[in-house]
Amino acid sequence: MEAVAIAPSADPGFLQRHGATIEYILIPGAALAGALVVFGIFVALFGKNPLDLYFYMYQGAFGTWFSWQNTLTRAAPLILTALCTALPAQLGMVIIGGEGALLIGALSATSIALTMPSAPPLAVQCAMAAAGMIGGGLWIMLSGGLRQYRGVNETISSLLLVYIGLAILNHLVEGAMRDPASLNKPSTREIGAANMIGSIPGTDVHWGLVFGLIAALASYVLIYHTTFGFAARVAGGNIRAAKIVGLSVGKLIMTVCFLAGASAGLAGMVEVAAVQGRTNANLAAGYGFTGILVAFLSRQNPLAIIPVAILLGGIGASGGLLQRRLGLPDASVQVLQGIIFVFVLASDAVYGRIGFLKGKS
Amino acid sequence: MDFSSISRRRLLQGSAALTLGTALGARTAAAADTTIGFIYVGSRDDYGYNQAHAQAAAALKKMPGIKIVEEEKVPETDAVEKTMESMINLDGASLVFPTSYGYFSPHMIKMANKYPKVRFEHCGGLWTDKDPKNAGSYFGYIDEAQYVSGIVAGYTSKTGKLGFVAAKPIPQVLRNINAFTLGAKLANPKATTQVIFTGDWSMPVKEAEATNSLIDQGVDVLTCHVDGPKTMVENAARRGAMVCGYHVNQSPLAPQAYLTGAEWNWEALYPKFLKMIASGEGIPNFYRGGLQEEIVKVSAYGPAVGEKARKHADEVKAKFLATGLAVFKGPLMDNKGKTVITAGTERGQKDPELEKMDYLVEGVIGATS
Repeated sequence: MEAVAIAPSADPGFLQRHGATIEYILIPGAALAGALVVFGIFVALFGKNPLDLYFYMYQGAFGTWFSWQNTLTRAAPLILTALCTALPAQLGMVIIGGEGALLIGALSATSIALTMPSAPPLAVQCAMAAAGMIGGGLWIMLSGGLRQYRGVNETISSLLLVYIGLAILNHLVEGAMRDPASLNKPSTREIGAANMIGSIPGTDVHWGLVFGLIAALASYVLIYHTTFGFAARVAGGNIRAAKIVGLSVGKLIMTVCFLAGASAGLAGMVEVAAVQGRTNANLAAGYGFTGILVAFLSRQNPLAIIPVAILLGGIGASGGLLQRRLGLPDASVQVLQGIIFVFVLASDAVYGRIGFLKGKS
Repeated sequence: MDFSSISRRRLLQGSAALTLGTALGARTAAAADTTIGFIYVGSRDDYGYNQAHAQAAAALKKMPGIKIVEEEKVPETDAVEKTMESMINLDGASLVFPTSYGYFSPHMIKMANKYPKVRFEHCGGLWTDKDPKNAGSYFGYIDEAQYVSGIVAGYTSKTGKLGFVAAKPIPQVLRNINAFTLGAKLANPKATTQVIFTGDWSMPVKEAEATNSLIDQGVDVLTCHVDGPKTMVENAARRGAMVCGYHVNQSPLAPQAYLTGAEWNWEALYPKFLKMIASGEGIPNFYRGGLQEEIVKVSAYGPAVGEKARKHADEVKAKFLATGLAVFKGPLMDNKGKTVITAGTERGQKDPELEKMDYLVEGVIGATS
């Protein structure tokens, strides 16, 4: 953070001392710029002016107050679902099932809200948040438990659990929990307008953004400034060493998986309580999958998740404008996301190899 | 930690400044009188639900003083709210068509309350008195066209076994399956329709599997109700079966195998809407109709359709166009042997009972749950 406060020229040792920090900013920045240039070439091949492209991307994502709100609204669920991948990553686990935890969280939150029709809204909202987090948390704990106690690969199990979660949701929404009035769009009953959590005052952005920011900051503190986080990182670095020094790896895995699932479950609760007002198949909008992208682009750093989620939210927000003004198909946004992903992953190889930044790091 | 996005913004601002003066200046000056926004849930070239709307949007584009802005693959989440707002705020849209069923509540209602000067027209026929007055919802009784399709299918099938690839067992889909079967039974009283539900609106792999499995069981004429019939049509034609289309005309995909099909006729409806607005009377908030009202149509017959089939189908079509015809009338039994419409009862198209349909008629092989 001090990187901007101190003028580089005033301190010759600056580059050496802050080399690592600068790398974390410079390399992803360069990867992003590279991806945008490649995407520009791609767009030029379709006969569109790349400069138009950059302008519309800027306008659609950050150009007006409305665009900012659009971007932040889209970023909100991504921060929470990204944590579902980033937290287990500290333990060396690759969990990609945030979508499943989101769906189960939404389903749990809706279920509890429907059982308390006459309770005051605040009580309903708190119960929904708790139910969403517990539901999502237990869901990812399943993957953690399978890995720890049964040796099942957590990446595969968490992915497969997404489909099980979706099947459970569809089954309940089209069966036991179906509102008989929802004829052509099977849905649960509504939680009621009074129980909706609404927007941050003065904006159109729902409270999910604030929850996301708090969760990301809390995760950062947990991982980098507590002994629990230190233990998790030790276990992530070398699981045998962790066991030798007496760390209870099983407990670490289960706790971290619970926290990870809880944040995705909270995203599901927010989708119900701030957007949809009920549960139906619309909830499977892919936030959980985009969250994986956000987590990897952030190099699994909870703090970096915030700007990256805003960036991807912005790309999503500007996607509409690219379709409308440039006539690009929707898939072009996915192409851009794919190019960014490849560039950022490839840029991993550059860390620690930039000559002038080498020093003690 | 916000640096990466700031540096990107600077980069973009730089390039933005370059384009501002040149490209954009000219563009805003040529702004049209009325901007209309179209929002699709899938891709607009899906040979199906979304393409039907996109074709109509393309027809409107040719009208003078009209500018069309379109966005495809918009999910039924707050993303569609933002798309509507973006069309209103950044493109100046004064009329918006969110065309997917799930866009209505809560998304379009929320936006209609927020932007009372903008007109919102939703496809699905969901508007009630409680909803905002600047919002509307329209839909077509496409089961009339399915009924005609069924007649053609019934005559063409050699095995008497018809197949239906369906998304979900909801009233709209059940009406189509039942109307298609009732039509087929006019041609061949012994005809059966085997139905397979895929579980969702766009499941190409399952649709292909369902198509193959139906043909393996002896089905030789297929139709469907999913968002994109392309998969079913192409696979069935490859296997040598005949097809009846849905949503739009799929004959370019299978010119020999395409018999006929139930199509939306939004190309006729949307210009009518614009005329209603221009004349000052406005679009009715709730607007529905079938063949007679030109909201749906039947595809031109393909080369494999015989003389008898054409004649019978044309007769029935003429009745729909002239006076209207009730597809669902008693005595009608479901496929479990229960009477669902008693003798002497006719359920006309606008009968709200039909909106709650939860049965498959006699002759359909399959179950709703």
